[in-house]
Amino acid sequence: MPNTHTGLESPKGVWWKPAHPAEKVWVTIAFVWCMVLFAMMPLWHFKGGQNPSGIRRKVEPTAFFRRTQEFIAQYQIGEDQGIPIVAPPPGSDVYLTAMSFQWTPILQLEEGAEYTLHLSSLDVNHGFNLNPLNVNFQVVPGYDYGLKVQPTAAGDFRILCNEFCGIGHHTMVGRLIVVGGNSAANAGGSR
Amino acid sequence: MTDSNFRTCGSTGLKVHGPAELLIKANAVVSVVALLIGAIGAVLLVLTRWQAVHLLSAPWYYRILGVHGMSMLIFFIIFFEMAVLYFASTVVINARQVMPKLGWASFGLMVVGAVMVEVMMWTGKADVLFTSYVPLRADPLFYLGVILFAVGALIVTSMFFANLVVAKREKRYEGSVPLVTFGAVAAAIIAIITLLHGAAIYIPTFLWSLGLMEVDAQIYRLIWWGLGHSSQQINVAAMVAIWYMLGALTVGAVVINEKISRLAFVLYILFISMASAHHLLVDPGMGPTWKIVNTSYFMYMAVLASMIHGFTVPAGMELGQRLRGFTSGLFEWLRKAPWSDPGFSSLVFSVVVFGFVGGITGVTIGTEQINIIVHNTLRVPGHFHATVVSGTAMAFMGATYYLIPLIFRKRVAFWGLAKIQPYLFALGMLIFTMSMTFAGSFGVPRRHWDITFSQAPFGIEFSPAVDLLLGIVALGGLMAATGAFIFVAIAVKSVFFGEPLGEITRGTAMVGVPAGLTHPPVHSSNVDELNAELHQPGRSWRLGPAPGTVVLVGVFLLAFVVYFFVNWKVLSFVWKIG
Ligand code: HEM
Ligand SMILES: [Cu+2]
Ligand SMILES: [Cu+2]
Repeated sequence: MPNTHTGLESPKGVWWKPAHPAEKVWVTIAFVWCMVLFAMMPLWHFKGGQNPSGIRRKVEPTAFFRRTQEFIAQYQIGEDQGIPIVAPPPGSDVYLTAMSFQWTPILQLEEGAEYTLHLSSLDVNHGFNLNPLNVNFQVVPGYDYGLKVQPTAAGDFRILCNEFCGIGHHTMVGRLIVVGGNSAANAGGSR
Repeated sequence: MTDSNFRTCGSTGLKVHGPAELLIKANAVVSVVALLIGAIGAVLLVLTRWQAVHLLSAPWYYRILGVHGMSMLIFFIIFFEMAVLYFASTVVINARQVMPKLGWASFGLMVVGAVMVEVMMWTGKADVLFTSYVPLRADPLFYLGVILFAVGALIVTSMFFANLVVAKREKRYEGSVPLVTFGAVAAAIIAIITLLHGAAIYIPTFLWSLGLMEVDAQIYRLIWWGLGHSSQQINVAAMVAIWYMLGALTVGAVVINEKISRLAFVLYILFISMASAHHLLVDPGMGPTWKIVNTSYFMYMAVLASMIHGFTVPAGMELGQRLRGFTSGLFEWLRKAPWSDPGFSSLVFSVVVFGFVGGITGVTIGTEQINIIVHNTLRVPGHFHATVVSGTAMAFMGATYYLIPLIFRKRVAFWGLAKIQPYLFALGMLIFTMSMTFAGSFGVPRRHWDITFSQAPFGIEFSPAVDLLLGIVALGGLMAATGAFIFVAIAVKSVFFGEPLGEITRGTAMVGVPAGLTHPPVHSSNVDELNAELHQPGRSWRLGPAPGTVVLVGVFLLAFVVYFFVNWKVLSFVWKIG
């Protein structure tokens, strides 16, 4: 009876045997690598600039939408395609409501300033994708996701929906403007 | 209890129980039907995502997307897994099928459930995709269909354990179960955990669809992915079990060390159900600690398991080949392998694409912060078509080339095509998954009908590279889909109209019979001596029993490290977010 066997045969006798050194070395390397993979995440929370932590709490969808409307009323500076453009001061809480199939309002932020961006939905799940930066968050009804964001460059960005939210999903595109330094005056109704 | 229902397989010497064989056949056949539906859907989808063609209308794109996801990921894969469970708990250990009638009842439940779901989706009563995130709403019959299907699968899984217990009591096998069956045990245990999550989410959702209760959108996502992701781990465990099986059948792969391989399966069982987190990394409901602990399966213990199998499977194949006399150099064992045996080529491509593309991308994009630049982009389907399609589906196809002669006792039809089918499918999928991953890194969304945004209030222009990439996605996708159709044609022709297979004559190639059966990979007569020599502790570990594999896993690790850190670098360029 050969002492080798395939995976289709029952191992005979005691199979709890020490592994070959080559196998032990690989398992050790793999284990160490797994620890590196793991350590990177807590490390990035301390050293890195991008974390999906946020301030998270439950919220009534309609209450969140009302808060968004108050926010719009407070800081509105214009309108584009019927959607209000809002320019909140640096450091403030800003609100973005997703609903089938629209992002409200259009935000105008300042480069280098920090904001708390609150995301939530009035109806179903939506997906926040900041184009062309490719930053993605899930927008879940009933939950307020408050993320500290600090735009690093000026530009005219788009927010597209990348969670299937119904038959008009692909039409759900919003806008986010970042103006350079202190030039908050050049507010854009322009596209 | 009589043994009259058994036949002895001419080529493997295994005892095959008639009632088990019928159940294996029925489940495998339905699985292939689901694959056909899914593959037709796949062609329509790639031709729509390729904006230059943009075949389907928006409603049909989303509808077919749901059909494709359900038919492939749920019906094709799970029916096949039911066949694997029957096979591993009867044929592999010479055992009988207990309660075959119950097996047929659950088969009936699963078929009825699947048909209900398909009808709801095709008729537009369930345009919710296969994830059916609440509060998107489908017809209650859709959820009921899923529940019936899951109950059936749960019963089959329980019967698997019953088979094992009875086989042990009737002393059908000696000692421990073979590793392949052990892998199936792991898959079955994970299946139980998974299906319980399924019950925990679909029953409330069914009641919700009837207006009887509330379901929280975030809790839904949490528990749904307890089903959705854990079921991927059933697939992984089943796939690895098949790797060991195909290795044994095609090149006489040996189990390098039972302890290590089995421990790796145990790691799967222990840590796998945490992976729901992979889908919730940028969700508002959970905090960083929960995300980190869960997405890493408690410090990547399930990844460790896969890395172990990624070594022991090729090493076992290498050692098997060396014990057959292919000993020279690092890679003679690979060069002289039976590359025209579709079971073997499927096995190799399954291991390679699963590991290099699926594994590396999966761990990377499942990292808490890196997920910010990945979530819901095309990188996600790019990843999982490299795991569940190029890995699991490919392995299942490879296994089928052996199931046809062994279980159906037919020759494999279109034998010439069968030999190239794995190459076509694997190459197509490789092109498809890599180009999809690249397109996704530009932020191209998944599940999206129109990235020209022609009906949106604000336009978006992607880099021109994206157009090219989506064209390549279509090319790879069509190649792979062609591979899938060839596979379906082979399976259907062989099973229903195939030439019955008489005796297998050893030593002469036969049309429609894989080389592993006509030329069983027996080891040299002095196998023990050779084995002892290869395991000499005196040899340094680099020259150990499987030096070629050591080189291969080294390349793998390097690719992994580079890809992982490149992604951190890319992440560091986006806005500060926290
Ligand atoms: C035969 C070759 C295949 C091709 C060409 C193909 C192609 C595609 C395409 C183009 C998409 C849509 C991506 C998007 O627009 O978001 C997709 C989605 C998907 N595919 Fe495949 N696929 C194939 C096989 C499979 C198999 C075998 C499975 C499962 C075992 C599978 C599982 C899925 C799933 C789960 C989705 C996601 C559906 C969703 O987002 O709701 N595919 N596939
Ligand atoms: Cu949306
Ligand atoms: Cu959407």
